[in-house]
Amino acid sequence: MALVSLILSPLAGALVLAFWGHKKVAPALNILFSLLTFALSILLADEVYRSGPRLALDEQLFSDGLSSLFLVVTGGVAATTSFFSFRYMAIEAAHGHLSPERSRLYLALYQVFVLAMIVVLASNNLGLLWVALEGATLATVLLVGWSRTPSAIKASWKYFILCGVGIAQALFGTILLYFASEKTLGPGGTALLWTHLAMVKSQLEPTVIGLAFVFFVVGYGTKVGLVPLHNWLPDAHAEGPTPISAVLSGLLLNVALYAILRVKVLADGALHSAMPSRLLIGFGLVTLLLASISMWKRQDIKRLFAYSSIEHMGIATLAFGIGGPLATFAGLLHMTAHSLVKSAIFFVVGHIVQTSGSQKILSIREVAARTPGLSRALLAGGFAITGLPPFALFASEFLIVSEAARRAPYTVPFLLFALFVTFGIILFRILEMNGGGPPLESPVLPSPPLTFFPVWIHLGVALVMGLFFPALLASVYQKALLSLGPLYGG
Amino acid sequence: MAPHTHLLLNRLVGFLGSALLLSSFAMLSMRRMSSLVRIFALQGLLLTLGTLSVAIVAGEPHLLFSALFTFIFKVLVLPIILFRLLERLRIRGEVEVLLNVPTTMVVGLFVVVFSFALASPISELASTVSRGLIGVGLAALLLSFLMMITRKKAITQVLGFLGMENALFFSAINATYGMPMVVELGVAFDVLVGTFVFGIFFFQIRETFESFDLKHMDNTQTE
Repeated sequence: MALVSLILSPLAGALVLAFWGHKKVAPALNILFSLLTFALSILLADEVYRSGPRLALDEQLFSDGLSSLFLVVTGGVAATTSFFSFRYMAIEAAHGHLSPERSRLYLALYQVFVLAMIVVLASNNLGLLWVALEGATLATVLLVGWSRTPSAIKASWKYFILCGVGIAQALFGTILLYFASEKTLGPGGTALLWTHLAMVKSQLEPTVIGLAFVFFVVGYGTKVGLVPLHNWLPDAHAEGPTPISAVLSGLLLNVALYAILRVKVLADGALHSAMPSRLLIGFGLVTLLLASISMWKRQDIKRLFAYSSIEHMGIATLAFGIGGPLATFAGLLHMTAHSLVKSAIFFVVGHIVQTSGSQKILSIREVAARTPGLSRALLAGGFAITGLPPFALFASEFLIVSEAARRAPYTVPFLLFALFVTFGIILFRILEMNGGGPPLESPVLPSPPLTFFPVWIHLGVALVMGLFFPALLASVYQKALLSLGPLYGG
Repeated sequence: MAPHTHLLLNRLVGFLGSALLLSSFAMLSMRRMSSLVRIFALQGLLLTLGTLSVAIVAGEPHLLFSALFTFIFKVLVLPIILFRLLERLRIRGEVEVLLNVPTTMVVGLFVVVFSFALASPISELASTVSRGLIGVGLAALLLSFLMMITRKKAITQVLGFLGMENALFFSAINATYGMPMVVELGVAFDVLVGTFVFGIFFFQIRETFESFDLKHMDNTQTE
């Protein structure tokens, strides 16, 4: 029940906002629908936690420990981002950048985007998963080009074409998967259902599944931002409105990596070889190395954090490649913690860019003197994202490094190198922006109340996850691992 | 069905497959924008006929729907939208290339050989009547991909994108008699929405850059 209504909530939101999105109350409605979606996702997670996986709509929809965890993260971050985008859009409107019609487009597409991500996570049918992930791309393409400046249009065109090409490869992977599974499960509806596939995964034809897995990794990997298919990501993050950068980084990348993880379980079962793991280790290493080196000399603050997202996705991919219960757990923890922290950082960065009128790090100066609150939040976010204790990313990175040392020692030097480089660059840049620069020209208005609460909620949760890791949370992750199968649940 | 009709249809499937591959090459070599759209419509027609004959040979009635759907969608709706776009945006003239046509053709030949090599283990496992054509699907996929990376105008990239979708559909028909209906409808829906988004884009690109040549976009400084 909760499963179906979880999809209906953003769908209703999209329809309502498509008709009344230009009204004054519309941004508040957006918050309302996002909160409703979040509440339903918690309800569903509770149901799954108590009584096991749920199926609905003729087995097309499904949720187990893993997907309910990501559904809660998606619902939560989408809800706090709707608060942030309320403030962000109010300021844009005050600057005269926003007409009611544009606001309607923005709000309706925001709900469509949330809907598409929830369908990806809640879909049992790997074909529908593909359709929904492509739908998420289509919804965000127009959002990325939303400001209609030449560079924004260029960024969204690049995003559209690259992700379109990438996702076409994933469709070929889906066709190959169906080709292999049809022999065991018979033609028709059930041959692409994950619950059925997971049961017969060891009987699937290994050559075909191996080829399919490569196509899946290349295809969905484009959306995760894996190097060398990451080119769209920094542009899309830098040119889109900041709330969209926050949900792209915090949610869309996760959802695409989730798809790869699901397929990897099937490939591991069918292949009985280390090929899927090696492929993910390879992509992960190249990604985190290249992303950390590319952060050097980035002049645009949103672009800098976009590269940091690529790096973190590389780390998570590497963790799934290393495999085994501990590294897979660390990968999941890393993905969730990164979602929270990175979206919090984008909330702060959004306000900083709005108050200083530029995205260039060189022209953003004296954040500490002008807006002390933003400066504190940025510093805390910087500590959290670079993996300093006591935040959750420290725990996950520590686990990943120690598992890497145990199971794939050759990766450790590269991993440590990348972690140190990003640590240095990000903190250096943040201190640079907080510190001196050109003198103040105009007084800065005090930030209105409630600007920071989404930021502190995110960082607070990341802190709790790093400090205590409550028993309830531990068993939630345990169930998520168990739902992947005996290889990961250990 | 009489055995000789069966054989004839089987040959027809093979013939349509090779025609599809040829049309992919034709798309690579075309210089005029409007002929490119015509070839795309022709490809849709070949796809419809191919699906139809596989449906009859294999006795898979649900493929008849797919064929009808392909006809409406890829022979009528999409080409009409594209021709309208060309007309309303007054796009005429030549396709501009990054890599000249003869070189692209030679690269294309290697792509075809590579695809057949990659597809041969799959073809051996397949039980469909048209299993030999899986390589054709893969080759057409990679040729469309080649077209996307060697052409400069935004609209040629779109045609490459749609060509890729055709190739994927063709592979699905030949490997497994098509995907489950719900997936096929979903994919078609995405392609339709995608085409509309492309349309919106064209107007935005023209407004902003006053040209469809992607080099104006490339010159835009981002960092």
